[in-house]
Amino acid sequence: MEFPAIQVCNLKKSFRKREGFFKKSRLWALEDVSFEVHKGETYGLLGPNGSGKSSLIRILSTLLTADGGEVRLMGHSLPKEQEVVRRIIGRVSVDAAFYKKLSARENLLYTALLYGQKPGEAERRAMEILEQLGMEKTKFSTPLEEMSRGMQQKISIARALVIDPPLLLLDEPTTGLDPKSRRDVQSFLEALRQRTGTTILLTTHDMAEAERLCARIGFLAHGKLVAEGTAEALKQQAAAATLDDAFIKLTGEGLSKDEEPQKEMGVLEGV
Amino acid sequence: METTIRQTWAFMFRGYHLTRRYISWVIVFNFYALVTSATVALIGVAAQDYQLTLTLVVGALMWNFMSSLYNEIAMSIAYERWEGTLEYTFMAPVSRLIHLTGISLFSLFNSIVQTLVVLIGLLLFTDLNLRGANLSGVLVVLGVSTIAFVGLGLMAAALPVMSPERGAEATHIFQGSMLLVSGVYYPVEVLPKWLQPLSALSPATYTLSACRKLVGLGNSGSVPGNLMGAPLSAVMRELIILALMGAVLMPLGLWVFGRIETWAKRTGKLKRTG
Ligand SMILES: Nc1ncnc2c1ncn2[C@@H]1O[C@H](COP(=O)(O)OP(=O)(O)OP(=O)(O)O)[C@@H](O)[C@H]1O
Ligand SMILES: [Mg+2]
Repeated sequence: MEFPAIQVCNLKKSFRKREGFFKKSRLWALEDVSFEVHKGETYGLLGPNGSGKSSLIRILSTLLTADGGEVRLMGHSLPKEQEVVRRIIGRVSVDAAFYKKLSARENLLYTALLYGQKPGEAERRAMEILEQLGMEKTKFSTPLEEMSRGMQQKISIARALVIDPPLLLLDEPTTGLDPKSRRDVQSFLEALRQRTGTTILLTTHDMAEAERLCARIGFLAHGKLVAEGTAEALKQQAAAATLDDAFIKLTGEGLSKDEEPQKEMGVLEGV
Repeated sequence: METTIRQTWAFMFRGYHLTRRYISWVIVFNFYALVTSATVALIGVAAQDYQLTLTLVVGALMWNFMSSLYNEIAMSIAYERWEGTLEYTFMAPVSRLIHLTGISLFSLFNSIVQTLVVLIGLLLFTDLNLRGANLSGVLVVLGVSTIAFVGLGLMAAALPVMSPERGAEATHIFQGSMLLVSGVYYPVEVLPKWLQPLSALSPATYTLSACRKLVGLGNSGSVPGNLMGAPLSAVMRELIILALMGAVLMPLGLWVFGRIETWAKRTGKLKRTG
């Protein structure tokens, strides 16, 4: 049976927020989110800051437990089959988290060993990836802390790919990169998808990037999926000329809804 | 099997390279451990009391070993949490048992090195002559105690998963309490009555009591250069208690860690940024 690479159904996640001494409230990061990503598809998840993109990716990465709903990755459901899922996903987060004192090579070899891979093979593959990303070989033994953000992010991508996962979860992989590095990463992702049929879930604040890479795009606002479709369809739906405009029109609504409780809080604090 | 070995090796590999890059800190810590131990041991030298000196030396060595084992395990998780790599370790298909075993093995290696450094240092500061001490018995006791201390370390390691700062605070409070109640440099009988029950709960109490007997402390026949170390059979009671504590604390440590990991994933506490 053919199943989608990513299947998310009525996903819910809330965080407890402290308000004053005793009072606690719930903050809904994801409310009834449902979508599917086909095998080999690149799906863009776009939304304003705090709309729940990273929380969603964390849930898919087994780092956060959902409150409700269903998640299936390559047919394996979370959290029940998380052991299997961990073998088929690679994640890049917006902050390149590494052992900053260790070199790129040491960090990557550590990951390879952690996944039970042969260090020699993993090193060769990592080198190839970094070359394709436009990074010099000499940088391989430089400690991460001496690298620019762009370089760190490239190492981060190489780390996610060391295990050759069929599913890539990319949380703002190009944020903070210069135009050239950004293009390197984008071209690499495009080529990767074409060559290996990797399924990619991508979050970004760069509309041009989303248009270039993503077959379909979902707009997330306040934890809800408010629109979904190809870039063209979204523009049409919003009657907008650019994806930027469509984004603002489609995700802008309901803003007041979230602001209200904050205003109330402000009043309380004033008292 | 091969996968398991590689995964365990991953933590050694990481530990080795981190130690290499932080070598100046490692030297500082070892220096500090050595100096504090020597300072304590010299109290006995000044008092010209061989029994006292030996008590202090045994206490310093044991405490170095135990506290550094406990600390290293706790700190390695705190460090991962701080660098943000804990999320990536938790994402990898490596069981918590292998993860924590890898960390514990590397910490054990570190603690042995640090204890040896202190031992060599103490030999320079005091004219220690351990002839007659049952050193192989001491090693057996340490081996058995290690399991219990690893268990305590794992519980301490779970704290930084919740909060790096609070975790470090709690780790130190617990370690300090253990130092106080275990009778590291004195018999636990000198503790106030209300504190004494606590000393019975600390595995370190039994490790120390056994080690003292094994090196010949408390035996009036012991003289410098010819200690009357007790045979292993004389510390059976301590060994059994330590083994039981290990059998409880180790699985308990793993369980606590697992529970806190689950809690952290539910409440979103693993997150650093983004
Ligand atoms: N670990 C957490 N603990 C408490 N609240 C959280 C946690 N993670 C996210 N939140 C809250 O959930 C909401 C969604 O956050 P999330 O990081 O998923 O947004 P995002 O879409 O990735 O935003 P950005 O574009 O800024 O990265 C926010 O209101 C955030 O404050
Ligand atoms: Mg985010």
